[in-house]
Amino acid sequence: MLLEVKGLDVRYGRNHAVKSLDLSLAEGEIVTVLGANGAGKSSLLKAVQGVVRPAAGSVHLGGRTITGWSAPRRVRDGLVLVPEGRQIFVSMSVHENLLMGAYTRRDGYDPEIARIYERFPNLAERRHMPASVLSGGEQQMLAISRALLARPKVMMLDEPSLGLSPLLVQNLFDMIEDLNREGLTILLVEQNTHMALQTAHRGYVLELGATVLKGTAAELLADDRLEGAYLGGSS
Amino acid sequence: MSGYLESQLIILCLNVIFAYGIFLPAASGQLNLGAAGFITLGAYSSAWLNASMGGLGLPMFFSIPLAMLFCAFVAFVISFPILRTRGVYMVLATFAFAEVVSGFVINLDFLGGAAGMPVDDHANINVVLPVALGVVLFSFYFMATRLGLTFRSIHDDESVATLFGVNVRSAKVAAFTIGAALTSLGGALYGHHYNYIETQTFNVLLSIYILLYVLLGGTQTAWGPLVGAAFFTAIPELLRQVSKETGEQWIADTRFIFFGAIIVLMMVVRPEGLVTRTMVERLSRRDKGDPPAKTPAAGEVSS
Repeated sequence: MLLEVKGLDVRYGRNHAVKSLDLSLAEGEIVTVLGANGAGKSSLLKAVQGVVRPAAGSVHLGGRTITGWSAPRRVRDGLVLVPEGRQIFVSMSVHENLLMGAYTRRDGYDPEIARIYERFPNLAERRHMPASVLSGGEQQMLAISRALLARPKVMMLDEPSLGLSPLLVQNLFDMIEDLNREGLTILLVEQNTHMALQTAHRGYVLELGATVLKGTAAELLADDRLEGAYLGGSS
Repeated sequence: MSGYLESQLIILCLNVIFAYGIFLPAASGQLNLGAAGFITLGAYSSAWLNASMGGLGLPMFFSIPLAMLFCAFVAFVISFPILRTRGVYMVLATFAFAEVVSGFVINLDFLGGAAGMPVDDHANINVVLPVALGVVLFSFYFMATRLGLTFRSIHDDESVATLFGVNVRSAKVAAFTIGAALTSLGGALYGHHYNYIETQTFNVLLSIYILLYVLLGGTQTAWGPLVGAAFFTAIPELLRQVSKETGEQWIADTRFIFFGAIIVLMMVVRPEGLVTRTMVERLSRRDKGDPPAKTPAAGEVSS
């Protein structure tokens, strides 16, 4: 397993956001984590990235235990999170945003930036403008491109489709599939269940911080209990 | 150059150095109202190192860099408690620091206490102007480096900067410390130019003005503090000149009311400062003869 989470507990004071959660990602997989608001999806990603300290449990990357590592060290080791709401650096130029993605790199990354500009001519055209002038869809492309420049082994995406039009959501998921075909392992947190399960290989459904369902994408799509998790069935 | 112009240019140079000292932390999102504290430290430590009576008697070309080193060390140490605060609480913490420095110095007899302290070596415009230019060039260069980029990413979003491997705490300490060293350089030059210092000169009003130069000039590019300091040093003087030319005494009497009104107007009309990135970008594109880049959202967006 490339990424493994064992018995992870995240607490904010009295709020028990993630409850002894187990999760694993094999190399080359797209795994999605589904669930309603407050199910603990973002807390899970933050704990895996090392932004939030877990109360218990462990995180392993490529066979190494990284539970005590700082977030910057995890980035250097190939774990990158694209945060919810895109979170680009608005007063920095498009180009500088990309440079920030390559922050931990010491090798040459200019060819990769050139490839990104080739793929997204809109970004190339505005490379020297503040990123705040980009549209929502372009900002999402920038956020993902920026994360790619960190050369991740595992990319974690926190609700990337949030606030995008249906057409842009389709483009986004096409891009996620492309990246996966190129060898990137992806952990995808989504509220757009249908799109996520069409793209992912496997999925976990969280409810109040615990896994209530897991299986292959096809199994989950066929399972009636999936809807229940969103309506808060068992709680 | 007339004596009047020269004295105004000196004031401008000192204000520009102070402004860049506060700009570096501001560019990484820190509101530092402690300029007077670092100015006091810089002025007094260089004066003491330079003093032939009761001091070390070093020439000012040694005493000024040593004073900067000392202030950088003090800033480094106090940055740890101060950087635990943010926003308006950081403004208060840095203000409190400046008050502590002032209270310290006024009670130290070997620094002259409340009577002030004479300074031996004199720094004329041939020293002050090149140093100020050097500070401007250094700041422009610095903001283009990787560390400058780091500062700006922290200004925009600390938590996302962490996600890309930025050690936010060290970068903030660096911004605070380097800024303090520059501010103290201005303070040391102030002492050596006027050859007399007293703590009362370096009061909270000075800190406020310097922070205003920076915020109203704009923190997005290294042009901000230069334009801000120049603009706000020149305006009260220009109003005074207008009053002299027209013989209307009331303009001179009430010029600080105008000055205040301009500041309020600035904050309403251009909260992101006089100089923004978009503006610099547009101007530089035009110079190169490129077509201006297309912007769907025409207005500048405040950070």
